[in-house]
Amino acid sequence: MADVGISPRFRRPCHDGAGVGVEDLADIAAVEARGVVKVFGGGHDAVRALDNVSVAIRQNEFFTLLGPSGCGKTTLLRLIAGFEQPTAGEILLNGNPVEHLPPYQRAVNTVFQSYALFPHMSVAQNISFGLEMRGTAREKAAGVVEEMLGLVKLKGLGGRKPAQLSGGQQQRVALARALANHPEVLLLDEPLSALDLKLRQEMRSELKNLQRTTGITFIFVTHDQEEALTMSDRIAVMSKGQIQQLGAAIDIYERPVNRFVADFIGDTNFVEATVAGREGDYLRCRSAGGLDVLASPAANLSAAGAGAKVTLALRPEKITLKRGGETGTVAQSVYVGTDTNYEVRLADSLRLNVRVQNAVDGRAPFAVGDKVGIDVPAGAARMLQD
Amino acid sequence: MASPAITDTAGLSDTIRAPQKPRKFLDLKYQPGFGTIAICCMVLLYAPILVLTIFSFNGGDSVTRWGGFGLNWYVTAFQNEGFHHAALTTLKITITATIVSTLVATSAALATTRTRRWPGQNTAFVVINLPLMVPEIITAVASLSFFALIASVAHISFGLGNLILVHTVFCIPFAYLPIRARLEDMDLTLEQAAADLYATPWQAFRRVTLPLLMPGISAGAALAFIVSFDDFTITQLVAGPGQTTLPLFIWDHTRLPLTPEINAMSTILLGVSIVFVTLSFVIARRRKA
Amino acid sequence: MAAVDIPAPTERAVAAQAFLRRRWLKSRYGLVAPALIIIGLFGILPLLIMVVYSFLEAGQYGGVVWNFSTDAYLSFLFQRDIFDGTLVFSPDYLVIYVRSIFLAVATTVICLALGFPTAYFMATRPPAQRTLWVFLITIPFWSNLLVRTLAVMLIIRDEGVINDILLWLGLIDKPIVMLYTNFAVMLGLLYSFLPFMVLPIYASLEKMDFRLVEAGFDLYATRGKVLRRIIIPLAKPGIIAGCLLVFIPAIGAYVTPLILGGGKHLMIGALIALQFGTSRNWPLGSAQALILMVGVLVALLFYVRTTTGKAQALHG
Repeated sequence: MADVGISPRFRRPCHDGAGVGVEDLADIAAVEARGVVKVFGGGHDAVRALDNVSVAIRQNEFFTLLGPSGCGKTTLLRLIAGFEQPTAGEILLNGNPVEHLPPYQRAVNTVFQSYALFPHMSVAQNISFGLEMRGTAREKAAGVVEEMLGLVKLKGLGGRKPAQLSGGQQQRVALARALANHPEVLLLDEPLSALDLKLRQEMRSELKNLQRTTGITFIFVTHDQEEALTMSDRIAVMSKGQIQQLGAAIDIYERPVNRFVADFIGDTNFVEATVAGREGDYLRCRSAGGLDVLASPAANLSAAGAGAKVTLALRPEKITLKRGGETGTVAQSVYVGTDTNYEVRLADSLRLNVRVQNAVDGRAPFAVGDKVGIDVPAGAARMLQD
Repeated sequence: MASPAITDTAGLSDTIRAPQKPRKFLDLKYQPGFGTIAICCMVLLYAPILVLTIFSFNGGDSVTRWGGFGLNWYVTAFQNEGFHHAALTTLKITITATIVSTLVATSAALATTRTRRWPGQNTAFVVINLPLMVPEIITAVASLSFFALIASVAHISFGLGNLILVHTVFCIPFAYLPIRARLEDMDLTLEQAAADLYATPWQAFRRVTLPLLMPGISAGAALAFIVSFDDFTITQLVAGPGQTTLPLFIWDHTRLPLTPEINAMSTILLGVSIVFVTLSFVIARRRKA
Repeated sequence: MAAVDIPAPTERAVAAQAFLRRRWLKSRYGLVAPALIIIGLFGILPLLIMVVYSFLEAGQYGGVVWNFSTDAYLSFLFQRDIFDGTLVFSPDYLVIYVRSIFLAVATTVICLALGFPTAYFMATRPPAQRTLWVFLITIPFWSNLLVRTLAVMLIIRDEGVINDILLWLGLIDKPIVMLYTNFAVMLGLLYSFLPFMVLPIYASLEKMDFRLVEAGFDLYATRGKVLRRIIIPLAKPGIIAGCLLVFIPAIGAYVTPLILGGGKHLMIGALIALQFGTSRNWPLGSAQALILMVGVLVALLFYVRTTTGKAQALHG
């Protein structure tokens, strides 16, 4: 309490970062969107930015909205913050509907992509702004400012103006300014996009630590999947105004539900195949080009019968290449440091991208022109629902 | 034997030894004759006012024949009762018009810039800038007709208020445009950030928008001041007896035999313009820093 | 395209949104009202009154008599023969209008010819120098027009500096008459409005992406071609704005012909002022002003057409 001054309500144990097997919190969702629709413009030029989105974000969670530009993630964030009102649907904060409240009446704070620091105020004045607006006594506010400066490691820079700080420092000030108000929810709109790689990596772990320490619910918007996968408790992958999949990082990666998610996250091979029959928990599928795998069924296709045409998603690192096989030929080889990416051509112009870790001495195990056999473990290929 | 580095150096020295082409040739921005025209224009623009200024220090009696250096004409001008009266009248009109037009223009700029579209926004913009598009002589006679009508029908005359109202009208667009320009340059997210930090719209305006808008407001006020201060056409036709402003006063003096007093008075007016232009430049520079 | 079922917004949300929107709209109108009221009452209303006046009879001592009459417009083109009352075509006023248009166009063209190179030169100076140039141009831009015109008058009059120097050098034996000629008015107009042409063109050129010029050179264009085919088209908005900023005041110029024209070579501005002064024919003055206003509106419409047409061409 001494170092952060957060109200005790938020000092709860955070749940496991892996996300799998999270205990079912009986608490009210920190933020909930119910059937939210947002349409911009009208008539011919109407843009449906959010299409019937419903999501419940838990207390204490590091929640990420991930997707390409235009998918609606920033729009959803702005609806939660109060800068826009939904065309239809409800937004609830801790169970209370807030969609008709202006931003200055909502207990959420935002870290803007451009930081939006007030250029004519000092760092300390920026940080204490929210407190000032709510009538906090000057001494108390000064105390909070000092805490915050310590929290974001900017002690002693309170007197500077934003223009005198580096990008990374400005970002921390934006963070401190939002956190100073002990919000129930903190919204972060691509806060790391303007930073260079090293700084971004530093800030990722700092943000993660901050979230654990303060216990505030973080809603983080990004288009960078690595950020999402490394920082989040749960991720909502969005596209075209809808949530495509919601789950922990490992769920999103290992068990993508549709083509978009499989394609957006990491690299994927898409293979058209025909179901041959069921074998235990798996379905045997055969594709043109001679691929014969045991695939994990998709939720609603588990009853797919023999002869059904399906799309399989296969991650490059799950494919094993065997020397001297006859299934395919190595067509291309690209060295990427830790691994080598191969493009293997099979019969019927089927191509597979395969990633193989390099040997200890750094050499690639295969060369262009090698004939190889393909081995896919059971369940590695996933059937996609579409 | 030679490593790549040494070969490179050999190439470099080749370049140095090559004859240097005249720089104008390589300057992509150069256009023949443009520089000369520019300098001539500058000289021609300044020559008359420089002559005017120089002769204001003429010790002798003639407007254009030099009779030695002297400040006597400034002294005469400053002691001229009519000059005082005119200066006072001008200041009354101009300061009032500046204050009113700047306030009004600020509020209008806030309503029409960088905002969600509202019905009638375009019309409002056109109306606000209308005075700029009407030649002064037309505004002058229209205003004259208007006040004459009011005087004859309702027997009201606003006295100096006539001039103040007319000046305010044409000052509004001059104050409006710099404020609008500044508003458009401003980061819109700052106001959102303020709202996000619990500031009501009024608090956000007072603590964030207004301080950042000040350079624009100052520039607008400076422009409005200068435009009102310098106005001649409209003022001459609308002014009633005894309502002589400085430009009108100078004009009256061109009828009488010309003395360097007119130079002195004119130079004073020029000086005021220069002060204000410099002020607005300094303000603009500080904003960029 | 639409989703099949959208949950309807709650009543509370609808009411709240409507309330917020109404309040927001009211704030917009409230903020813009003072400006609109002042300009409407004391800017637009007088213009309307002027239009009304142009259809009335002239009063004996100035002012108007409230009888409908188209005399003002008729007398623009015709004069009543004193003896038999018939209308005779009289070109006097037309001549003045044509002369004013001619002078305004000539001024615009010359200002463009001089102003464009000046603006270009200014825009291509290094940044520190550029500020100085802009400062130097801005001073005449905002200086008192009366004073500047007076300065010109003082120079070109018979006892002025120019004649003095020429006499002293022995190049002439009696002063060249420059004042109160068409030449003087032209010179005055040029002098007054040159900065009005330079600044908009400068603003346009300064924003120009110079890499486009480099691309032109890279594709074998000569300096002249680059100027004609790349720079000038890119500076078009500034050029048009500058032309407008010169033409409109020039055609309605009052101060310049007053001081430098001496009442002998009338322009529209002086003509109108005359009707409201010694000629005591307010309806005629109003009619003349209205005709001038129409001309200005035509020029403005032309401006709007060319700028929006260009915008459409760029997008289409």
